[in-house]
Amino acid sequence: MMNQEIKTTPTVKNGGRLFRNDVIFIVALLLVVSALGLCFYFFRGEGDKVVVTVDGKEFGTYSLAEDVKVEIRTGAQNEEVNVLVIRDGLAYMETATCPDGICADHKPISREGESIVCLPHKVVITVYATEEEDAPDIVV
Amino acid sequence: MRPTTKKIAVLGLCTAVALILAYVESMLPPLFHAVPGIKIGLPNIIIVFVLYRFGLKEAATVSLIRMLAVSFMFGNMMALVYSLAGAFLSMFVMVILKKLNFLSVVGVSVAGGVFHNVGQILTAMLLLGTAELGYYLIVLTVTGTVSGIFVGLCGAIVEKRIPKKMI
Repeated sequence: MMNQEIKTTPTVKNGGRLFRNDVIFIVALLLVVSALGLCFYFFRGEGDKVVVTVDGKEFGTYSLAEDVKVEIRTGAQNEEVNVLVIRDGLAYMETATCPDGICADHKPISREGESIVCLPHKVVITVYATEEEDAPDIVV
Repeated sequence: MRPTTKKIAVLGLCTAVALILAYVESMLPPLFHAVPGIKIGLPNIIIVFVLYRFGLKEAATVSLIRMLAVSFMFGNMMALVYSLAGAFLSMFVMVILKKLNFLSVVGVSVAGGVFHNVGQILTAMLLLGTAELGYYLIVLTVTGTVSGIFVGLCGAIVEKRIPKKMI
């Protein structure tokens, strides 16, 4: 037992120097990410339409301005169901038959670029904005 | 070098503990309802421990067997693809940082946690063909850092408390 403790002493000392590096590393990481987050937050406005894709292929486009309820049926026998609801300019997954139900727990989305993903059913719901500002990017 | 019987037994034990931790974690209520899919990654305490006590080969093996066993038992093959990608990238980054000897267990574990998320999101982007998922990464990096600190501290304590003679 005594031997053990003597052996561990150098690593504890070493740990002090490493610990400082850890703090620097973690703070740097968080700073970079929060900077990115702020950029994203300020550069994206409210979206006005929702595009649903299933397995990478477009399923449909819906306006955020109208309240609708869409049944997205997927799977070989159309046995997998996700119910997308748009109400008061917010889109959310009301119910889903996927095993984890993560998409149904997701908060309602309305900002450009926000998305709700149902990995088991390969369903992606993304908010887009049809703005004039985007046009120059496409021209070039 | 052939593994000794003792090592096989110990690594088997570690895998079992990792599986139990995965099960315990699945019983816990979700941490945040607003951003789903966030986990502490309790089994990673064992992975970090094995990585520091034994090395890359052993940690990678335990990690792989654990993921295969979890997906066979709880049956989600899609989740397996994501876990594999995440775990692979995470292990890769952790080994490099550990070799550089610049960070302690906690820092290495934080990097591991963050890159686990990066790997999963990249896979999801590839499979679903949507770049928008990148937004998730920002939130997931913060949560990955917090869970990485927790996992790293636990891993370091376990590494310190279990005598080398015993395992």
